Amino acid sequence: MTKAVLFDGPGCIGCRACEDACKKKWNLPPIEITGAIDLPAEPTTNQGTYTHPAELSAYTWIKVRKTEIDDAKGFRTVHTLRKCMHCVHPACVSACPVGALQKDDNGATVYDDKKCIGCRFCMLACPFGVPTFEWDKPISYIRKCNFCYDLLAEGKPTACVTACSRRTKCITIGEREEQLAKGRKMIADSPGKYVDHIYGEKEVGGTNWLYLSEEPFEASGLRTYNSTIVPANFKDKSWGGNWGDLTNKLGTEPVATNADRAMEAVPFVLPGVAIAMSGLYWVFKRKDKLSQENALKKGGKGMTK
Amino acid sequence: MIQQKKSFPIGLTIVIILCAIGAVLTAYRFIAGLGAVSNLSDGRPWGLWKAFNVYAGIAMAAGGFTLAATVYIFNLKKFHIVIRPAILVALLGYLIAMLSLVVEIGLPPYFWRIFFNYNIHSPLFEVIWAILLYTIVLVLEFSPAIFERLGWKSPLKAVRAIQIPAVIAGIMISTGHQSSLGSILLDMPGALHPLWYTPYLPILFLVSVLMSGPSMVILVMAITSKVFHYKLETGILSGLGKGIAFITGLYLVLKLATLAIAGNLGLIFSSAPQNYLWWGEMLIGVIAPLIMLVMPSIRNNRKGVITAALLVVLGVIFNRFNVTLFGLDMRPGYTYFPTLIEIGIAIGLVAWALLIIWMAFRFLPMVDKHEEAHA
Repeated sequence: MTKAVLFDGPGCIGCRACEDACKKKWNLPPIEITGAIDLPAEPTTNQGTYTHPAELSAYTWIKVRKTEIDDAKGFRTVHTLRKCMHCVHPACVSACPVGALQKDDNGATVYDDKKCIGCRFCMLACPFGVPTFEWDKPISYIRKCNFCYDLLAEGKPTACVTACSRRTKCITIGEREEQLAKGRKMIADSPGKYVDHIYGEKEVGGTNWLYLSEEPFEASGLRTYNSTIVPANFKDKSWGGNWGDLTNKLGTEPVATNADRAMEAVPFVLPGVAIAMSGLYWVFKRKDKLSQENALKKGGKGMTK
Repeated sequence: MIQQKKSFPIGLTIVIILCAIGAVLTAYRFIAGLGAVSNLSDGRPWGLWKAFNVYAGIAMAAGGFTLAATVYIFNLKKFHIVIRPAILVALLGYLIAMLSLVVEIGLPPYFWRIFFNYNIHSPLFEVIWAILLYTIVLVLEFSPAIFERLGWKSPLKAVRAIQIPAVIAGIMISTGHQSSLGSILLDMPGALHPLWYTPYLPILFLVSVLMSGPSMVILVMAITSKVFHYKLETGILSGLGKGIAFITGLYLVLKLATLAIAGNLGLIFSSAPQNYLWWGEMLIGVIAPLIMLVMPSIRNNRKGVITAALLVVLGVIFNRFNVTLFGLDMRPGYTYFPTLIEIGIAIGLVAWALLIIWMAFRFLPMVDKHEEAHA
């Protein structure tokens, strides 16, 4: 039973009620499993657009990204969500050395404070650049959207979905297969309204958050499984990251496929190395012994003490 | 002993000052937190410490297991004289990596959680455990020097009894984590530049330490020959040089073949500026030493082999910086350059290692007399 959320991009007006609801939900006093989390409002600076704050952080787990497009078709804005996509095969779960990130029965990728050591490998493994870190504290935990797993377990919708349901209803929750069917129907029913692509259906093996958009996803800064152009924000970088025309598309394979394959070989390779080394030790020892015996036979002085 | 006192004489004061600065800055990091001392961010979660102290450090520490294999498995006794210095260098490399892991994780007081929570699919899980276990192996391999100094007979006997199993375990663990350091990067296909990303990264990592390991042994020999006043046999050096030439040749072929398999061979000419870094790493660490070591005139020259070994080590360090920093994409909108505090802590850890090496040469028997007697 995997829950999925469908986000109808053209339906979003950028009211950010979801952001607000998320902060209120996780601002509550001690939460049973993850301990006290406080999601305060963040001071932001002018980014030149309406989008605030600049990016996800340890204190903002869901963010409405507003992108302004001004081309031949005229000026318009596109909305998309920046948040944990809750992958079907999450790279962070595979990468975490202590298993602090786990997939639960409802399809949520949940972080456990009590296991984490703060190595930040999940932040690097995530193809969507989602997990964030409490940089401002001496003891820093990883923070990211956890799909309101406590509400899902009770059969309730997440805080953000509830907030949106009172306004534009552009995010809705349901079973993953049903949501995909609904998304396909929405695309088919209103020709020209959406691009023919459900973001998250195929990306990195599928995600439980599914996006629809009226503009190509690259326009709102999202790489897709088959991107042929680089999203503008990915080009705008200083030293250390400017892949030029290389798209680095996400692909349809789970991110950790290659790493998992390599790790599966380890239990076979290591004993093999040990056996080979033991064998070689015996061979060279014997060779040494034989040569010493030969030296003795020839009447030479013994090498051993 | 009196002669050995003069080893590392000039830099010692500087080293001690760097140690003190490093210790103070590390203490400050634990009080103030990572955000306050470093330029690390959500866009660049791993920085100088991972690249320099962990990735480059462990590549350089590969001299330990390659020499242990040479001496104890392949039974090449002429390398006995450097076994202790080489093991010590490796041990300190791993201690630096372990300390820097503790410094850079977000929850240093909870480091012990790694002992109770396992995710065997994670390459980092294997690397952390291997660093811990291999450090223990290296302590065992080095402990005879301390027991000899203290005159403890029975522990010495016990350690010698398990020497060969310990060496084999060390080789096994090293093979595992040296390649798993490459597997870590396999989890970042969208971030690591295609010039470096290949599913065969673990193999490339393993082969690259098979060239940096023996090269470190040559460098350790070059330094210790001055301390011990023994004559460095050119025959031994050129023998090692021949082996390194073979491995660098293999590495060059593998590097090009993996790029060709992915259809990315053209990137070495077209993907500026990253291809300059690729060429830098390949010219310094692979192509130049390969040409030098293939030519008999340089291979049979003491200085030639030492220079080539130095180039290989620098090239592998360059490679580790490329895969963990320069060639690894950041999240959009972030920049990174290490702060002075990050640099101070990174160098401070190395300074402590140098100080311990100096003290070991000053106070411990660095030539294994037991093995000498056997030889």
